Amino acid sequence: MSSGTLFDKVWELHKVAKLPGGSTQLFVGLHLIHEVTSPQAFAALEEKSFPVRCPDQTIATVDHIVPTTNQERPFEDPLAEEMLSTLERNCKKHGIKLHGIGSGSQGIVHVIAPELGLTQPGMTVACGDSHTSTHGAFGAIAFGIGTSQVRDVLASQTLAMNKLKVRQIWIDGELNEGVYSKDLILHVIRELGVKGGVGYAYEFAGPAIEKLSMEERMTICNMAIEGGARCGYINPDQTTFEYLKGKAKAPSEESWQQALNWWKGLVSSPDSIFDDVVKFDASKIPPTVTWGITPGQGIGINESLPIPESLEPSERQIAEEAYRYMGLKPGSGIEGVSVDVCFIGSCTNGRLSDLHAAAKIAQGRKVAQGVKAFVVPGSEQVAREAEQEGLDKVFRGAGFEWREPGCSMCLAMNPDRLEGRQISASSSNRNFKGRQGSSSGRTLLMSPAMVAAAAITGQVTDVRSLIKQEKESTEKLKNE
Amino acid sequence: MNNPIPNFPKGAISEIIGTAISLRGNDIDTDRIIPARFLKCVNFDALGSQVFDDDRKELNGLHPFDLKENQNASILVVNGNFGCGSSREHAPQALMRWGINAVIGQSFAEIFFGNCLALGIPCFTTSKQEIEEIQKSIESNTGIELLLNLKNQTLKSKKSTWQLEIDPGAKQMLTSGQWDATNQLISNSNSIDQIAKKLPYINGFKSKDSLNDLT
Ligand code: SF4
Repeated sequence: MSSGTLFDKVWELHKVAKLPGGSTQLFVGLHLIHEVTSPQAFAALEEKSFPVRCPDQTIATVDHIVPTTNQERPFEDPLAEEMLSTLERNCKKHGIKLHGIGSGSQGIVHVIAPELGLTQPGMTVACGDSHTSTHGAFGAIAFGIGTSQVRDVLASQTLAMNKLKVRQIWIDGELNEGVYSKDLILHVIRELGVKGGVGYAYEFAGPAIEKLSMEERMTICNMAIEGGARCGYINPDQTTFEYLKGKAKAPSEESWQQALNWWKGLVSSPDSIFDDVVKFDASKIPPTVTWGITPGQGIGINESLPIPESLEPSERQIAEEAYRYMGLKPGSGIEGVSVDVCFIGSCTNGRLSDLHAAAKIAQGRKVAQGVKAFVVPGSEQVAREAEQEGLDKVFRGAGFEWREPGCSMCLAMNPDRLEGRQISASSSNRNFKGRQGSSSGRTLLMSPAMVAAAAITGQVTDVRSLIKQEKESTEKLKNE
Repeated sequence: MNNPIPNFPKGAISEIIGTAISLRGNDIDTDRIIPARFLKCVNFDALGSQVFDDDRKELNGLHPFDLKENQNASILVVNGNFGCGSSREHAPQALMRWGINAVIGQSFAEIFFGNCLALGIPCFTTSKQEIEEIQKSIESNTGIELLLNLKNQTLKSKKSTWQLEIDPGAKQMLTSGQWDATNQLISNSNSIDQIAKKLPYINGFKSKDSLNDLT
């Protein structure tokens, strides 16, 4: 059993009671809600005539169903409109703050809570959404819950949970140029498998992690769930504190020192005991792309696709299924596979630094003919900041569409979707069959820079070659 | 959908009797159980008929959920990591509304397991070999009646008995009826207040005195 880790400390601090079934009743410090998983929970609450216990610890936004082209109300899709108006009604009735469209702070739930400073170290965070693990980047213990549990948190501000084991994922070294935190996490999931983390919380640590910015850390924790871990976290450090300082909902100047002391005391102790430790070397990780139908089916850009017979028996069946679905050939390369749609956005990679990385590749180039490429900022704030820097112009100039914030083509709950057997290069987090709205549509997951590179060439491309090209031409210019 | 008014779990659950569906494949994610387009709803009512919609269309009538002999099934038998992916409770809701009252598999994704528990649907596990045996037996004896006993953790057919596993806490909650957790959680109101008071961030790290006016 683990001891002394941040997970253990935060768990202890939030323990309310031991429940008869053996699980723990855990206090939830921050409850995030959105339009998809909350309506049934509110209905169940009302059925039992329970009030919302802590409306101040509950924050709402709308993200999954919002269109990214025309956000005028009522929405064209009556079902989407009904979902948003239900959320609006529920929030109003129960005194919950809703960050609605046009408020300046609307966006994907896992993008807005950090940027508002709502997510802080040492908190417990729950949301009816599996990518709640994102908030662990701050040293919070954050997990996705189902609708019945959303009801429980609304009613009691607590949850019944079993304690997780803790696995430390220690990453030495440093990422090479053209390799991003998305590649790192895709690599970890590839190695440990999509079930590897079941029953665990993942603590990401080591020199490579310490060097990452908060936004890069969020990308890592966001996908902990794709590796099967209910939550992932990173111990808070100077990078965390600097990010939080001055944010709207972060502790004020007067209480900052007190907050800092409390946060620092929660960091995993040097003599922590983990249930398991796994090590990686960041400098050995290549740009990574998924080729199959689970996020664990990833390979390095220069590798060839696995031969099913050479895989572990447990992996073989899903690999064969993936080949049937994706129409790719075992043994061939992933580089050069043509793409139809390129999507930059989502709670994994829809933040400002993601758009920077993609814009750097798009700058001065043109989207390949026949490719539909679009950029969806993760929030209104990301959109605003990007526009102030002129990133929208860079993208538009290169032939990308610049959209309004939302979940967009990460999943098929809004008008953005694949059609037929289209194949997408996507900066999101899931490549499940049918995930992007067409039951035969195909998804290749990769970093935002790699998506931009694919958009430019019309095929899966090693972004490092474009970076090199750029360097050579600036060299040439200098020498001329 | 088999039953026009499905049998939703209620109170203490001791046994589930019925026929079973064998659904083969590892890593069947919740996007497959209920595709995202069906999440556009403010209640769960319509989900039963939409379960596995894409997979069923692809198999054109040959999907286990479409086979005639399976239409009254209440026990689902699956392989490894069933229910991975999105946390949507719509997935077990869709299964339950179709008529499923229990799932047996090699392993389950955690959130899915918890969501099932919250609805009163037990998820039992057993080894790969045993699952293979159970699936074969269902597939070759269409319509055989099975009895799933929660207390003994057994699945019985006329010919065989399989020993199953389940988390003891989950079992206790199901057999005592405490799986419907809300009342239980609310009843610890004083302890909830006490914990909230001790957490400095709840009050923006203000001084200790003002923490007393919490909640
Ligand atoms: S961006 Fe995708 S993964 Fe993230 S919350 Fe939205 S739908 Fe879920």
